[in-house]
Order: sequence, then C-alpha cells, then structure tokens
Amino acid sequence: MRKVYTFIIMMGFWILLSGKFDLFHLTLGVISSALVSFMSADLFMHETKGPGKLSVGIRFLLYLPWLLYQIGLSTLHVTFLALHPKMKDQIDPTIVTFKTKLKTDLAKVALANSITLTPGTITIRIVDQVFYVHAISRKAAAGLPGEMEDRLANVFERD
Amino acid sequence: MDSFFIGIGVVLCFLMLLTLHRAIHGPTAIDRIMGVNVIGTKTTILLVIIGTIYHRVDMFIDIALAYALLNFIVTIAASRYFHHHKNLNPKGYGYRFRKEDK
Amino acid sequence: MDIIVILLSVSGLVLFFATTVGLLRFPDFYSRMHAAGKGDTLSSLIMLLALVFYNFHEMNLANLLVAIKILLIGVFIFMASPTATHAIIDAGYESGIQPWTKKPEEES
Repeated sequence: MRKVYTFIIMMGFWILLSGKFDLFHLTLGVISSALVSFMSADLFMHETKGPGKLSVGIRFLLYLPWLLYQIGLSTLHVTFLALHPKMKDQIDPTIVTFKTKLKTDLAKVALANSITLTPGTITIRIVDQVFYVHAISRKAAAGLPGEMEDRLANVFERD
Repeated sequence: MDSFFIGIGVVLCFLMLLTLHRAIHGPTAIDRIMGVNVIGTKTTILLVIIGTIYHRVDMFIDIALAYALLNFIVTIAASRYFHHHKNLNPKGYGYRFRKEDK
Repeated sequence: MDIIVILLSVSGLVLFFATTVGLLRFPDFYSRMHAAGKGDTLSSLIMLLALVFYNFHEMNLANLLVAIKILLIGVFIFMASPTATHAIIDAGYESGIQPWTKKPEEES
C-alpha cells in the first residue's frame, strides 16, 4: 500500500515538473516513478496504523493559519530587536528545559518546528520527552510550552 | 516594472555582500555555515527574480528549486560533520605538521 | 495589481535587511541563529508571493504551472528552514559554545 501512495505522489511531482502531456513523457514518468517507488518506498513513509490519518491531515491544515500568524509576530519581534539601538539591554538569553506530554514522534517534530518559528525561542535538542529551548528574553521563556502544545495535542493525539 | 525588479535584485546582492562578512570573519565554523545558509536562501529568491527580468521564469524556476534543495543538503551535511567532529577552531590547513605546535 | 507586487516586495526586502543587520549585530551564536532562522522564512515567503502575483497576469496552463512551482519552493523553504536551523544549533550546542548572558552586577 505504501508503494501505491509513493507512486501517486511521485507521478504528480513528475507531471508538475515536466509540464508536458504527450504519450512519450507520460510513459517515461510512469516507468521512473514505478522504479523509484519499487526500490525506496520504505524510505519515503513509515508503516502507519490505518484509520484516522486523513482527519489528522485536515486538522493540521487548519492549524497552519495560526502558525503563519505566529511566524509574522516572530519576524516582527526579531526585526524590532535587530534594529533597536540599545539591543543588549533588551535581550537576556537563557536556556530552559521543559517536559512535554506529547507521545508520538510526528507530534514532537511538529512541536519542535513550531517552537522554532514562534517569537523568541529556538529548540536546541529533544531527549525523549524533554525539550531544550534557547529563549532570547525572560518574557519569551516564561510562556513556553503554552498554547501551542495544547493545540498540537488536539491535532495529533485526539482519539 | 523591469527596472523595479532590477533594483530589487541589486539590493539583494548588496545584502548578500553584508552577509558574506559573517561568512568570512565568523568567529567559529558554525557561524560560517549559518552565513552560507542565509546567502543560499537569498540566492534562491534572486534566481526567480532574474527569470522574471529575462521573461523566462519557466526555465529559471527549475534551477531555483534545485538550488534550494542543494542548499538544504549542504547545510545538513556540514552541521552533521561538526556535530561529530567537535572542533570549531582549527588553526588552518595542515596545522598538525607545523613546527611551533610540537 | 502592480501596487500589491511593489508593496509585498519592498516589505520582504525590509525584513531581509533586518535579518542581515541582526546577523551582524547580535552578540553570540545562538542569538544570531534567531535572526537567521526566522527572518529568512517569512521574508522568502513574502517575496515569492509577490513573484507569484506578478507572473500570474493571465490565465493559462503555463502560467499556472509556473505559479505552482514557485509556491512549491515556498513550501519547501517553509519546511527546510526550521530543520536547518535546528541542525546547526544542535551542532553548536554539541561543540560546547557557551551562550552569551548578561553579566551580573557584582562580577563587573
């Protein structure tokens, strides 16, 4: 089943990149997509449990606009800090650790990337369930796990 | 509209020159990787702008896509290397064989 | 339509400028990573959006393909930039770079 999904995605990508719809190019696309999906489907996606995958995808798409809003806030924050004349009075970097309640790997990756893209914080590393986060000011460090963890738990681990 | 895009491209090149200072004079090797990464991201945008100026976006867009992929792979590979190597202040090429260090 | 393109391009350029200035001014490696990882993502997305608007002036198949490809670059940058930031900063943390902190008053 993984091979079929890989074949569909690869074929869509081929059509998107080539942009030609005659028989010759489509045949080449089918041959190369079949070869790639036969050889390396297990690299592209892991074996997953069947039901509920589509709803997770839809809920993740609904999560994206909030993430874009956070990215906008974060970039404005960095811009304000970088152009501030007395920048060294404004920042106060610390490294904080906290323990998350998310279980699956995919949810932890999404949380790490979201932390990196929100104002003032960058994920340094994840050891099991403990996150090491570098925060650029005390105010950013105070509100850390915050709203985002609840939203991601709602996205990925709702039964 | 073409001259506007030429202006945007020139300003981008100027910003890349400023970033090159961080890539050359960075105190550690990780700073240099970071500077090269930022320059690569700007180059991706610059390639699409060049395609817009020449009215051949359909050709330049593939090059920009390949450049974005290559930039990501270079960054990952170099940072993985220093993740294992753990030596951020090398004294230059061939420093093991100089006399004054022995 | 041109107004939107000019507005988006100039705002993206201003954010790029702020990224570069932050990259040159921040005191230590971790803070510079803040500027490099975040400023680049949003400003690249804004500039690519402006180029999509400019290139999509009339509706046909070739223009549609070009627009989808530019958006594909945007999606790729959106995924790759936090990952690259995380890889670089993890390498720096593993190599033992000390983070810059404010000196307490009694030490100075």
